[in-house]
Amino acid sequence: MRYMMLVYSKELDGEMPAEEAVRIRAGHAAVLQDAAQKGILQGAEPLAPTTTATTVRMEDGKPLITDGPFAETKEQLAGYYILDCQNLDEAIEWAARIPTGCKGAEGCIEIRPLPMMPKHG
Amino acid sequence: MADVRALAEAVFREESGRIVASLIRISGSFDRAEEAMQEAFASALASWPETGVPANPGAWITTAAHRRIIDAVRRERTRRDKQDSLRYEIESSAPATQEFEEEPMGFADDRLRLIFTCCHPALNREAQVALTLRTLGGLTTPEIAHAFLVPEATLAQRLVRAKRKIQEARIPYEVPPVGRLRERLAAVQAVIYLIFNEGYSASSGDCLVREDLCAEAIRLGRVLCDLMAGDAENLGLLALMLLQNSRRAARVVDGALITLEEQDRSLWDQSAIGEGLALLEGALRLRQAGPYQVQAAIAALHAQAGKAEQTDWAQIAALYEKLGEWNPSPVVALNHAAAVAMSAGPEAGLRRMASLSSALDGYYLFHAARADLLRRLERRTDAVEAYRRALELAGNPVERKFLSRRIRELE
Repeated sequence: MRYMMLVYSKELDGEMPAEEAVRIRAGHAAVLQDAAQKGILQGAEPLAPTTTATTVRMEDGKPLITDGPFAETKEQLAGYYILDCQNLDEAIEWAARIPTGCKGAEGCIEIRPLPMMPKHG
Repeated sequence: MADVRALAEAVFREESGRIVASLIRISGSFDRAEEAMQEAFASALASWPETGVPANPGAWITTAAHRRIIDAVRRERTRRDKQDSLRYEIESSAPATQEFEEEPMGFADDRLRLIFTCCHPALNREAQVALTLRTLGGLTTPEIAHAFLVPEATLAQRLVRAKRKIQEARIPYEVPPVGRLRERLAAVQAVIYLIFNEGYSASSGDCLVREDLCAEAIRLGRVLCDLMAGDAENLGLLALMLLQNSRRAARVVDGALITLEEQDRSLWDQSAIGEGLALLEGALRLRQAGPYQVQAAIAALHAQAGKAEQTDWAQIAALYEKLGEWNPSPVVALNHAAAVAMSAGPEAGLRRMASLSSALDGYYLFHAARADLLRRLERRTDAVEAYRRALELAGNPVERKFLSRRIRELE
């Protein structure tokens, strides 16, 4: 079963201390390397901050464009991993290793299974 | 006929958790397991009046349910050859339709798998409780809804969502690995104790159903002890429930709550107390301290006091202090303060309670406990005021009746 791990972090103003940036990068690198080695890594990307987000919503058949993410939340989606795991317990073990913190603030991971698309025909 | 039905129902209640657990492993589906179980039960009701009740009714139902699940799995496999989107099916070597005279080794493991899956931390607490009572306890959906005072439709929906999440998010049907066992077992113990407390503290509702919940929690506690006897907290939890439940008959008389101090101790269930004490001793010998054992030890000190004034309150106060180390909550601190009041005097208790007033202002037992100490000090006006505050906050008619009586006595 493939699971998407949505990484939520606080977007805080200002520069991240160099030491923390190194630690977070190393954390991601370790997860990516391990998952790739086990052949379960199916994708992972960081997202640009929500200041770059645009939301499109159809209203009366026309796209309504707004500046910013779909909802203002305490923590924002900052990136994702897609890992092919045996079950939810394995996914939880991986999620626990993914760095989520940002400038000392704690973040979290939301795990969502990726159901297979129904086959055509 | 009525006898056959009653017998079948008793067998069902006793065996369904064990049977369903193995059916889920074979079919990989909670729904199909429940269906097969219900069909087997229905066929027992249909054939037993004619053929007579089999010598081992539990084994008969197990075999019938297994035949059905194996048929269902075969049908499913055939269908899946064409449409392979259902991948969750556990590829298991389904046992042949043998007679199950005794519980083979694998069955105990199945029940553990089921307990850990029902209490998986990815399910919310309400879902854990509902699923545990439904699948392991064999309670019907209306029974559970009634016990928890929620509409049947709400409870049914809760069960459907939980089962769907298990299936779609692939919550594994297995005993957690050693490294995670302790924390996962703590979640199982918490669910069982919550079921017990829902029955014991009776926030409202039908008292018969409540007794059922306590009995069910105790039964689940026994299952856990049978399956994992080496865990001292399992033994501690069962001891705690038995010791608390031993006071049931003395605790509520004619719909009125009787305090521990005023209870008729001759009504306490001595066989439950004996079993609880023996379990606690066994737990303590394992030398793995834990919060359930400490709570059981507190209940044991009450159980061993022939009269209220013989209670070893100093020891109880020490145990509450210990409990606070594991479970640092204001409610534990309140119990500690109450025990200190009993061993060192009401003033000492009130001093400790003063520091809890902001954390527990909305908790009726805080005001009731304070009121009790003020009453003992004969500070009547203050006591009445505290009882009134408790009465404003208490939800349960039995508790309200008790508080009203105290106010009347003081006025």
